[in-house]
Amino acid sequence: MSTALLTDIAIFVLALLVGFEVISKVPATLHTPLMSAANSIHGIVLAGAMLIAVTANNALGYILAFVAAAFAAMNVVGGYVVTGRMLKMFHRSRAPVPAADRPAAVDGRGDGGRA
Amino acid sequence: MSSFDWITQLLYIAAAVCFVLGLHLMNSPASARRGNQVSTVGMTLAIATTFALVVHAGTITVTGWIVMIAGAGVGAGAGLYSARTVQMTAMPQLVSLFNAVGGGAAALVAIDDYVRLAGATTGLPEATTVTTILDVLIGAVTFSGSIIAAGKLQGVINGAPVTFPGSRAVNIAAAVVGVGGGIYMITTPSVPVLIIIILAALTFGVTMVMPIGGADMPVVISLLNAFTGTAVAMAGFVIGNWALIIAGALVGASGSILTKLMAVAMNRSLRNIMIGGFGTGDTAPAVAGPGGDVRSVTADDAAIQLAYAQKVIIVPGYGLAAAQAQHQAAELAALLEERGADVSYAIHPVAGRMPGHMNVLLAEANVPYPQLKEMEEINPEFPRTDVALVIGANDVTNPAARRPGTAISGMPILDVDQAKSIIVIKRSMGHGYAGIDNELYVNPKTSMLFADAKSALTQLIASVKTLVG
Repeated sequence: MSTALLTDIAIFVLALLVGFEVISKVPATLHTPLMSAANSIHGIVLAGAMLIAVTANNALGYILAFVAAAFAAMNVVGGYVVTGRMLKMFHRSRAPVPAADRPAAVDGRGDGGRA
Repeated sequence: MSSFDWITQLLYIAAAVCFVLGLHLMNSPASARRGNQVSTVGMTLAIATTFALVVHAGTITVTGWIVMIAGAGVGAGAGLYSARTVQMTAMPQLVSLFNAVGGGAAALVAIDDYVRLAGATTGLPEATTVTTILDVLIGAVTFSGSIIAAGKLQGVINGAPVTFPGSRAVNIAAAVVGVGGGIYMITTPSVPVLIIIILAALTFGVTMVMPIGGADMPVVISLLNAFTGTAVAMAGFVIGNWALIIAGALVGASGSILTKLMAVAMNRSLRNIMIGGFGTGDTAPAVAGPGGDVRSVTADDAAIQLAYAQKVIIVPGYGLAAAQAQHQAAELAALLEERGADVSYAIHPVAGRMPGHMNVLLAEANVPYPQLKEMEEINPEFPRTDVALVIGANDVTNPAARRPGTAISGMPILDVDQAKSIIVIKRSMGHGYAGIDNELYVNPKTSMLFADAKSALTQLIASVKTLVG
C-alpha cells in the first residue's frame, strides 16, 4: 500500500465522521433540502469529468467526456438551483410571498403577516 | 510539488471547507439559505480550479475543449430547466434523477481511467484497480436504480412492487457476476470483463429497486443517495482528488443517516425492505370496516368542531400531497388562526415520498416553519389538543402500533388518539400500506369525513367562513 492511498483513506474516514456529526444536527423539517444539497455537493464529480477531457484523444474518450460532463453539470447546476428554490419557501412567519410559479391558491393567507 | 500544484490543492481544500460549512448552516431553516450559498461558492471554486488545471496541463485537444464545454452546457441547461420548472410534489423524482446522473458520471470517470490505463503496457497498480472497480460497480448500480426509482415515483413504471418469476435469481446472479468479475479484474486487466461488470451492475440496480413498493420509497432514495456519495468518493480515489473524496464522504454520511432514520420511522430493517414485503400502492380497495362503530360526519359538523377549538393539530399524510391539497390545508389553518386558535402541524418522518417532503409541500403553501413540528416534539401536545385533524395519513396514526402482534407493531406513531376529539378526512375505509385496520377510526372520539382531501378542505373552509360571518 502506498502512502498516497493511506492518506486518501484517512481523509475519506475523517470526512465521513465530520459528515455524520454535521448532518445529524439537521432538523427533520429540512431533510428534503438537505438531501438535495448533498446531491448538489456530489456534483463535484464534474471536476473528474473535466479531467477526462484532458487525456481524451479518441472517439471513445470524447464520448465518455461528453456524457460525463453533461451528467455532472446537470447534477451540480440543477441541484443548487432546486435547493435554493426550496429553501426560499421556508419562512418564520406567514409573509406575503406570492411565488411566481404558483397559482394564487393561498389568497386566504390573511392581511397581517402574523407569526 | 510545484507552486501551481500547491495552490490548486489548497483551493480544493477551501472548497471542501465550504461544503462542510454549508451543510452545518442547514441546522436551522433560518440559516439554511446561506448554507446553500456557501456551498455554491465552494463548488464554483472547485470547478474554476479544475478549469485552471485543465488549461495548465495543456494536453487537451481542441475537440476535447469542444466536447467538454458542449457537454457541460447541455447538462447545465437541462439541470437548470428541470430545477426551475419542477412541481414541489415531484421533488423526489427530480432528486432521484440528479442522483442517477451523479452516480453515472462517477462511473464514467472510473471507466475512462480504466480503459486508458489498461491500454498502457505497464498495467495497473492494484490499489487503483480496487477503487476503480468499486466506483464502476456502485456508480452503475446507482445510475440504473435511481432511474427506476424516479420512474416509479413519476408513475411511468408501476409503483407497486414488481417481481417476476426468477427475479431474485437474476438479482443474485448479477451481484455474483459483478463482484466476481471485479475480483478477476484486479489481477488481470481486461476491458471485456469491465463491460460485463458494468452490465451486471446496471442489471442489479434495476432488479434491486423494481420489487420495492410505494411506501418504502423514502428509504430507497436515501440509500441510493448514500451510494452516489460513495461512488463519487471512489472517483476521488481514482483520480487522486481530495475534494471529490471529501464531498463524496459527506454525501455518503448524509445518505446513510437519512436511510437509518427512515427505516427506524417505519420500524423496518433495511434488509427487510430490500427483500420486499408490504408496500403496495395506496389504492387499496375499500374493505369492510374494523369492528366497532364508525361515526361519519358532514363537513358542516366538522367545521363547527374546528371553529370553536382552542388548539388544533393538523396531521398531514401522503393523501394530502396526492390530492395537492396543501394550499387548502394552509388556508383552513390561517382561517382558524384568525379566530384565535393555536394551529400546528404534526409531521411524521415518513410523511411524503422522501425524507422531509411534507415540510417542503407545506412551506410552499406558505405555512411558517415554526408551525411544522416533528413527531417527538408534538406528541406530548396531543392530550392538550381540542381537535386533531388527520388528512390522508393512516398507518402513522394507528394505535395498534403500540401493541405487539400487528403488522406495524413497534412503529413510532403520532399520538393522535390522545387528542380530545379527532376528525379524519379520508376517501374510504381503505387500508394504508400496512394493509391493516386503523383502530383510530373506531375510537368514540373520532369523526370520519369521507371525501377527497381537496374537496373536503374546500367545504370546511366555506363552512368555517359562514360561521365567522
